[in-house]
Amino acid sequence: MSYEAVIGLEIHSELKTKTKIFCGCATAFGAEQNTHVCPVCLGLPGVLPVINKRVVEFAIKAGLALNCTINKFSKFDRKNYYYPDLPKNFQTSQYDLPIAEHGYVDIDTEKGRKRIRITRIHMEEDAGKLVHSGNTIKDSDSSNVDYNRTGVPLIEIVSEPDMATPQEARAYMEKVKSILEYIDVSNCRMEEGNLRADLNVSLRPEGTETLGTKAEMKNINSFKAVEDALSYEIERQEEILEDGGHIVQETRTWDPDKGITLSMRTKEEAHDYRYMPEPDLVPIVTTDEEIDAYRKNLPELPDARQKRLEDTYGLSSYDAGIITASRQMAEYFDAVIADGADAKLAANWMMGDLAKNLNAEGKTIEESPVDAKRLGQMIVLISKGTISSKIAKKVFTEMWTSPDAPEKIVKDKGLVQITDTKAIEAIVDAVIAANPKPVEDYKAGNKKAIGALVGQVMKQSKGKANPGMVNKLLAAKLDA
Amino acid sequence: MRLYEQPAHVLHDMLVNKEITSVELTKDVLARIDEVEGDVKAYLTITRDEALKQAAAVDEKIGRGESISFLEGIPGAIKDNICTKGVKTTCASKILEHFVPPYDATVTEKIQAEHPVILGKTNMDEFAMGGSTENSAYHPTCNPWNTQCVPGGSSGGSAAAVAAGTAIWALGSDTGGSIRQPASFCGVVGMKPTYGRVSRYGLVAYASSLDQIGPIARDVTDCAHLLNIIAGHDEHDSTSSAVAVPDFTKSLVADVKGLKVGIPKEFFVKGMDADVEKTVRAAVKQLEALGAEIVDISLPHTEYAISSYYLIAPAEAATNLERYDGVSYGERVDGSGIVEMMTNTRSAKFGEEVKRRIMIGNYALSAGYYDAYYLKALKVRRLVKEDYDKAFEKVDVIVAPTAPTPAFKIGEMISDPLKMYLQDVCTVPLNLAGLPGISVPCGYSSSHMPIGLQIIGKALDEATVLRAAYTYEQSQTFSKEMPELGGKKA
Repeated sequence: MSYEAVIGLEIHSELKTKTKIFCGCATAFGAEQNTHVCPVCLGLPGVLPVINKRVVEFAIKAGLALNCTINKFSKFDRKNYYYPDLPKNFQTSQYDLPIAEHGYVDIDTEKGRKRIRITRIHMEEDAGKLVHSGNTIKDSDSSNVDYNRTGVPLIEIVSEPDMATPQEARAYMEKVKSILEYIDVSNCRMEEGNLRADLNVSLRPEGTETLGTKAEMKNINSFKAVEDALSYEIERQEEILEDGGHIVQETRTWDPDKGITLSMRTKEEAHDYRYMPEPDLVPIVTTDEEIDAYRKNLPELPDARQKRLEDTYGLSSYDAGIITASRQMAEYFDAVIADGADAKLAANWMMGDLAKNLNAEGKTIEESPVDAKRLGQMIVLISKGTISSKIAKKVFTEMWTSPDAPEKIVKDKGLVQITDTKAIEAIVDAVIAANPKPVEDYKAGNKKAIGALVGQVMKQSKGKANPGMVNKLLAAKLDA
Repeated sequence: MRLYEQPAHVLHDMLVNKEITSVELTKDVLARIDEVEGDVKAYLTITRDEALKQAAAVDEKIGRGESISFLEGIPGAIKDNICTKGVKTTCASKILEHFVPPYDATVTEKIQAEHPVILGKTNMDEFAMGGSTENSAYHPTCNPWNTQCVPGGSSGGSAAAVAAGTAIWALGSDTGGSIRQPASFCGVVGMKPTYGRVSRYGLVAYASSLDQIGPIARDVTDCAHLLNIIAGHDEHDSTSSAVAVPDFTKSLVADVKGLKVGIPKEFFVKGMDADVEKTVRAAVKQLEALGAEIVDISLPHTEYAISSYYLIAPAEAATNLERYDGVSYGERVDGSGIVEMMTNTRSAKFGEEVKRRIMIGNYALSAGYYDAYYLKALKVRRLVKEDYDKAFEKVDVIVAPTAPTPAFKIGEMISDPLKMYLQDVCTVPLNLAGLPGISVPCGYSSSHMPIGLQIIGKALDEATVLRAAYTYEQSQTFSKEMPELGGKKA
C-alpha cells in the first residue's frame, strides 16, 4: 500500500519589540544571564502583567499579512504546566479567542502554486532557558535557569494539515518567514531561536480522507531540520504501518546529530493545560478603523513584489521568486536598479557572482562588501559598453575588497573596453598571421575554430577588446 | 486615656497642634503591643526599630515647622500578603517563610509616601484562604473582645490589631469578605472598595478577579482618609479603574435624608444568629429614624453565590499558587529530581486549606469538567451581578448583616470546612459583583461580642456608602468602644 503524509506546522516567532510582552525588560538576545529580568517576568508573588501594545500591533500586522481575519474581541488565557523555565508555572497565552484566524499563504511546489491554510495566530510569552552544568540534561548534576528570554513576546502561527511533503513544509515555513521579515515584526533569526516550529505528521493510505494518528516534533529550528525530521518521521511511520503496526500518538524530539526522532512523551502522559481566562489582563478590543489603518500601512508583500518584478522588468517567475523571497534581497535589488541599471542584468549578478561570493564567506546580503549602489554603477558601465561582462567580473572581484567606485577601478586598472575598430583590427590581423592552423580549419568549414582566434585576441587585449566587435572583425577577415 | 485608643484623625490633630510627638505615640502603641500582643498575636513581623526611626523623622519635620499629611507619623500595620520591600512578606505560609520582596506593592508605595509609622505585618489565613485566621501557618490570632474567639479572617491580624489598639490603622485584603467579616467580629470599621478602585499590584494573589485591598480603621472618618490615599488607577494593574477618585472625606456628612436603603430578604437567612438579626434590624430602624427610606428588595441568586465563589476562587488560586515550586524563590524541599523537588516542596509547605482549594480549583478547570463547574460558576456570577444591577435601579445602598454570626470559638469550625465556607454568605456576593461594601459596628451579642452592619453600594460609589456609614456611626458610640483586654478596660 502506498501512503501519503499529512503535515501541519505550529510556527513560533519571537516578535522584535524592544521590551517584553508584560513588563519593561529588554528583549535583546545574548545578554549576560538573568540581567534582563524584573519582578514581573520573574513571576514574583504579587506581580501583574501589563500588555505591551506593540505586541498586539505586531500580531495584528502578522495576521493581516497572512490573510487572516482579525478578532475584534480577543483575550488572554493561562496555560498551566509545571516546568522550571516557566516561573509562574503557567504560560500567559491565548486559547479560544486568538488575535487572528482563518488565513492562508500560497507556496510554490513542483505541481505549481498551493494554498496552505492558517488556522489561527495567537500571542504568548516565551519561557526562560535551562542552562545545564553538563553537555546534556542527562549528564548534568544541576541546571540553572536564565530568565532573560522569559516574557519575550511570541506569536504562534498554526497551520491546517495542508502539506503533503517535507519540501512543502519547508516552502511554507520559508514563506511565513519571508512575510514576517517583510512586515518587520520578527528578526526570524533561526539560530537564535527567533523562529522555530513544531511539526505534526501522520500518514494515511493514498486517496483516503480520514486522518491517521499523528506524531509531533517540537522546537525544530532550521529549514534543513524541518525537511530531515519530516522525511525521517514519514519513513519511520511508513515502516510501522507496513509491518501491520499502529502509530502511537506522541511527542518526539529530533536529534539532528543522529538524524533520528525519539519519543518524549505519549498522549497518556500529555499535559491537561487547564486553560483559564487570564484575570489580570483586560480583553483586547480592536476597532475596524484600527484594523484598516494597519492594513493600509502594510508594506508590499512577497507575492505582490514578485509579480511587480515580473510585470515591470520582465524577470522570469523563478528569478523574481528568488529575489523577493527575502525582504533584504528585494530591497537590495530595488537599490541596484534605482539609478538606471538594467533589471535583468541586476538579477543575474545578484543570483550569480554576488550570491556565490556571499555564500563562500557566509555573509548575508546586508553584510555584502559590494553595496547595491556600486553594483548598480557597475551594471550601468556594462550597459554603456564601457566594460564587457567579462571585465565586469574582474571589477566585481576588485570591488569585493576595495571601497572604490567601479568607475575608478576601471580607470585605475586600465580596464576600459577597447571599442576602437582600428586598434582591434591590428590585434586581429596579428592573431590571424600568428595562428595559421585555426585559420585553415575555419576556412575548411570548421566554423568553431574561430573560438580559438577570439580567445587569442581577447588575451592579447587583456580582455579589454569588445568581444562583439572581435567576433565581427574576425569573421569578416576570414570570410573575405 | 492612652494615645493608642484614639483614631488617626484625632491623633493627627494632636500632632499638628504639637500636643504629642510621633515618637510618644509610637512608643505608646509599642507599649500596648508589649502588654497585649502575647494574648492577641495579631502580628507576624514587628518592625519596632524602623517604626521608631520613622516616628523620629516625622517629629523632626514637625519641628522644622513643615506641614504633615493625614497619616504622617501615625502607626499602622499592613497585612502580610501585601508586598513590602525589604520586609518579610509570608502570606502566613511556610512556603514564603523567608521571602523578602525586592519591590513594594503600589499601595505600600502610596502609604509610604505619606510617611506613616509602619509597625509591621499582620497575621492572616494562609494566602488569605479562610475566615478565622486559624489557617495561618504560624499561629492563630485571638479576638481582643474574647481571646477564646477567632478575630475572623482572613485579615484577622489587621482587624484584631486595630481593635486591640496595637495599630491605629491597618490595610487588609478582601476576596470573599476578608476585610468586612473580621471588622465585624472585632468591632472595627473595614471597607472593601469597588473591584479596580485600588491597585492589586503587589498584593499576593489569591483569586485575582475577586481580590481587593482596603482599609481597616477605628471609624468611618479614618476609613475615608485611608481610601483617599490608596485609591486610584495604576499603570501596573490593567484591571484598576481609570475613573477619577473623589475626595472621600467629603462624604463625612451626617445626612441620609431621602437616601433609599434596600433590605434584601435573602440576607436574613434561616439559621442566622438571633442576636445578629435583632441588632442589624435595630440599625436599620436607626437609619430610618435618621431620615433614610427603607425599601424591601430581593437578590434572588444570593443562595448560589457561595457555590459560585468556591469554584471561581479556588480555580484562580490553583493557577496563582503554581509559582510556589521551590525553583527560584521561597522555600524548597529537595528531592531526587525536579518533579520530586516541586512535589515535596508543595506537599510540605502548603497548609491543608490551601491544598484543599488547589485541588478543588484544578478539578474545576480540568478537561471534561470545565463547562460543568468553572463555566457554570461564571454564569452564576453574572446572575448575581445582575441581581444587584436591578436592585440599584431602586435603591442607593443596600444594608445587611456582615456575617451571619458573631465571632465563634477558636477550633469550633476548623474541622468542618463547609460550615466555615457558609460564614461568607453575606460577603461573597459583593466580590462576585465587584461592589464596594463597608462593615461598621452596630452592637453586641448577648455574650458581648461585636456585630457589624454591612452597607453595600453601587460600583465606584464608595462615597455614598461612606456617607451612610458615617451618618449611622455618628448616631451611636459603638465605634468608640474598645475591648477589655489584659485585665483592664481601655
